[in-house]
Amino acid sequence: MKQSVSLTINGKSFQQEVEPRMLLVHLIRDEAGLTGTHIGCETSICGACTVLLNGQSVKSCTILAVQADGAQITTIEGLAANGQLHPVQEGFWEQHGLQCGYCTPGMIMSSCQILDRNPNPSEEEIREGLEGNLCRCTGYQHIADAVNYAANKMKAHSASGD
Amino acid sequence: MASRYVGQKIKRTEDPRLIKGIGHYVDDIKLPDTLHCVILHSIYAHARINSIDTEAAAALPGVVAIYTGADIKDKIGNVPVASALETLKVPPHPVLAVDKVRYVGEPVAAVVANDKYIARDALDLIVVDYDPLDAVVDPEKTAAGEGPLIHEQFSDNIAVTWKLEGGSSIDDAFKNADRIVKQRLVNQRLAPIAMEPRGVLARYLPGENELTLWSSTQIPHLMRTQVALMIGLPENRLRVITPEVGGGFGSKLNVYGEEALCSFISMQLHRPVKWIETRRENIQNTIHGRGQIGNMEVAVKNDGTLLGLKYKVIADLGAYHQLLTPAIPTLTGLMLSGAYKIPAILMELTGVFTNKVATDAYRGAGRPEATFIVERIVDVVAQELNLDPVDVRRRNFPKPNEFPFATATGLFYDSGNYDAALDKALEMVDYKELRTQQKKARDEGKLIGIGVSSYVEICALGPSAAMPAGGWESATVRVEPTGKVTVLTGTSPHGQGQETSFAQIVADSLGVDLNDVLVIHGDTSIVQYGIGTFGSRATAVGGTAVVMAMDKVVTKAKKIAAHLLQAGDAEISFDNGKFCCVTRAPEKAAAEGVGGAVVQSPAAALPEPNPGKTVSIQEVALAAHLANNLPPDTEPGLSATHFFEPKNFTFPFGTHICVVEVDKETGEIEILRYVAVDDCGKVINPLLVHGQVHGGIVQGLGQALYEEVVYDETGQLITGTLMDYAVPKAHQMPRMELDRTETPTDVNPLGIKGVGEAGTIGATPCIVNAVVDALSQFGVRDIEMPLKPEKLWRLMNQN
Repeated sequence: MKQSVSLTINGKSFQQEVEPRMLLVHLIRDEAGLTGTHIGCETSICGACTVLLNGQSVKSCTILAVQADGAQITTIEGLAANGQLHPVQEGFWEQHGLQCGYCTPGMIMSSCQILDRNPNPSEEEIREGLEGNLCRCTGYQHIADAVNYAANKMKAHSASGD
Repeated sequence: MASRYVGQKIKRTEDPRLIKGIGHYVDDIKLPDTLHCVILHSIYAHARINSIDTEAAAALPGVVAIYTGADIKDKIGNVPVASALETLKVPPHPVLAVDKVRYVGEPVAAVVANDKYIARDALDLIVVDYDPLDAVVDPEKTAAGEGPLIHEQFSDNIAVTWKLEGGSSIDDAFKNADRIVKQRLVNQRLAPIAMEPRGVLARYLPGENELTLWSSTQIPHLMRTQVALMIGLPENRLRVITPEVGGGFGSKLNVYGEEALCSFISMQLHRPVKWIETRRENIQNTIHGRGQIGNMEVAVKNDGTLLGLKYKVIADLGAYHQLLTPAIPTLTGLMLSGAYKIPAILMELTGVFTNKVATDAYRGAGRPEATFIVERIVDVVAQELNLDPVDVRRRNFPKPNEFPFATATGLFYDSGNYDAALDKALEMVDYKELRTQQKKARDEGKLIGIGVSSYVEICALGPSAAMPAGGWESATVRVEPTGKVTVLTGTSPHGQGQETSFAQIVADSLGVDLNDVLVIHGDTSIVQYGIGTFGSRATAVGGTAVVMAMDKVVTKAKKIAAHLLQAGDAEISFDNGKFCCVTRAPEKAAAEGVGGAVVQSPAAALPEPNPGKTVSIQEVALAAHLANNLPPDTEPGLSATHFFEPKNFTFPFGTHICVVEVDKETGEIEILRYVAVDDCGKVINPLLVHGQVHGGIVQGLGQALYEEVVYDETGQLITGTLMDYAVPKAHQMPRMELDRTETPTDVNPLGIKGVGEAGTIGATPCIVNAVVDALSQFGVRDIEMPLKPEKLWRLMNQN
């Protein structure tokens, strides 16, 4: 019954025999041991489980692990490089974009996607882009500020050419 | 004392682990051999259980055990309620239903398996034979005596009646009134929806006879006491740990059945047992908030002066009591004076049992209901008397020199300047100009509305005499031998950021680096008994306990420093981490041959001061632990604990103003501006205060615009997922403009009042007032929440 899946999570290859019904989020959390990806609703509304699958943000609670066979997955744990926070992570810290922190990994992954598609988003575009992520603590204002901070930081970074 | 940190926007020390995804919430804690517990819930609102067949489920490979109500009813005590209301009926609230179910979602059986998928499979194999009964759903019909009995041992479904009458004669107030203004006002049921659902991990070690319980809760110590009583384990054998907690909003200020159930099962099976709530379970089984249907009547003079207020309310309590269920509407009663001088107040409460999950504390817990009805009725008064709603508010405010202000409900508002907050908010929106623009827009056919809400809330809960389970808070401050500082707080932060704000207070006072202070909370084996985080109390009460404990540490450190500097206690100053000899040379004491012991000599006998000799807090800490050169009768170590009992509540206040435009064609509401001026006393960290206000406002707007728990006439929950229960999203919410006034309080030495719930309390009536104002030309004087576009469209098109 079990099927073999091979995927790359945060640059490391991962192979596992799984039941076909296993959700990707359970593979990430329980099999790969990366618990930064959270589960908040199981109906793909809240977005706490958002990860990048081949560079696209997806809700890992409504994807089967077997569907991710061969994919490149990035989770919150894979975002900081060489001990340096990703600009979006930095933005959330600088702008107080989190309180309880439960929605934060999903928010950050979605924000990365927003900036990937549009490096210069307006506040309205940021808020529209976060439609699939619920936060019950912040009222979203500091989250919008955090994404804006990251956009400016990334622009400055690419302008300086390094 | 230097203020390097207090009052500054300091980034949170909690954040690095959370933004990297390496913090640990309950479900992130993995123990070997853990069993997974899942729960079967009632599909009926009201039914008799004839039988439960678990045979097929038990036979499924991987299933380890199944428990029903019959299995545990004599082994696990009932879910507790803390209330001393005299007339309260308290039905037994079993952890798993016995013989009868009383709401959709009531736990009926528990499956324990090696794998969570198998556990879930097994649920489908359990067969429950139910006899459905008519459901009790409508609170008003229930209060009128309709419907079958939910608890057969009682004569009716009235859980409690309660009356609060205070101030001057209410009858006289209504007799002397120029006018009596009446309005039915409803606070609908809401679901708190913390983003992390609840979760439990229990591990019993039989050799040590020790149970560790990881729980997503706001009250680890109260949880320990109650779970110990429920399962019959000595309290000191039970350790409750709250790891990261993903939001609470009151929903985790409770003792639910699952903590006791998992503990019991772990003790039976000698393996760790984990239960993680699903979102559907969270909306079905975790407490709801609000649920009040009220009728307001106010006696007024033609100039808008309020003479008296009557609030007759039916509270929809649900099928069973949770910890604070019946207490919440009584808090509404206490706050019925709002921001106003109302000489006579009467509240008559009827709390009813219904076939629904219990209501209990949800952000604000009784105060949003009070503020909503008071702020709405003030607007209705203004509308009836054709007065500006701002003028009616101002006319009835107590003035700054009238504080402490005694309300007719028996409270003493500590301090306030309500006009100042109102003025600032009016200035921010340029109110006069705004009204002119509104008129102009109306002439052009645009529906612009302006809503004002001036709230007062009750915070820093609270003096123990007024609380069901202690209102004090505790702290230990310990300076380690290396000079690092450890703070143990009895509060249990879950997003509020007290690891940072408490460290700010301590770092400033002890003159150490912020990063040298570690704040530990949420572990009953490490932290002395505490009460927890709720009721906007953590900093006002828990922070004060930290200050008091720190004062004790400084007093002792000063004594040791004096000894080290060979001076008297009174001759030592402490600033920025250094103890300094300020008044005289230390040689005198040494010359007197007392070996550096503290000598209290007459000042005249002392030589000239020789200031400048110093010793640091770190050096004193080391000396305190080496203990080979301490003053006589001084205990080694540098640590102190304080249990702080507040003498009063605090009463933050403010004014919010909202401007909306309602689309005539669709009934959709656009928020054009949202301005909030809050006064929470002194501020430790403005960044955190802004965060609390923002989040609070959005939850308040959520109640006004979108959120509503709906049960149908058979008691089925219609809004059981986030597809149906509408939590506000980023693109629906406005950018808020915040400002503050700062009126200190003398209730605590920090001068702070609390801010966790203010936004929620101020926001709901503010936007409803704005929308009603926008639709006033249609003769609208109230709209029941949530303000759905369809409702608005119908009101605009009813003729």
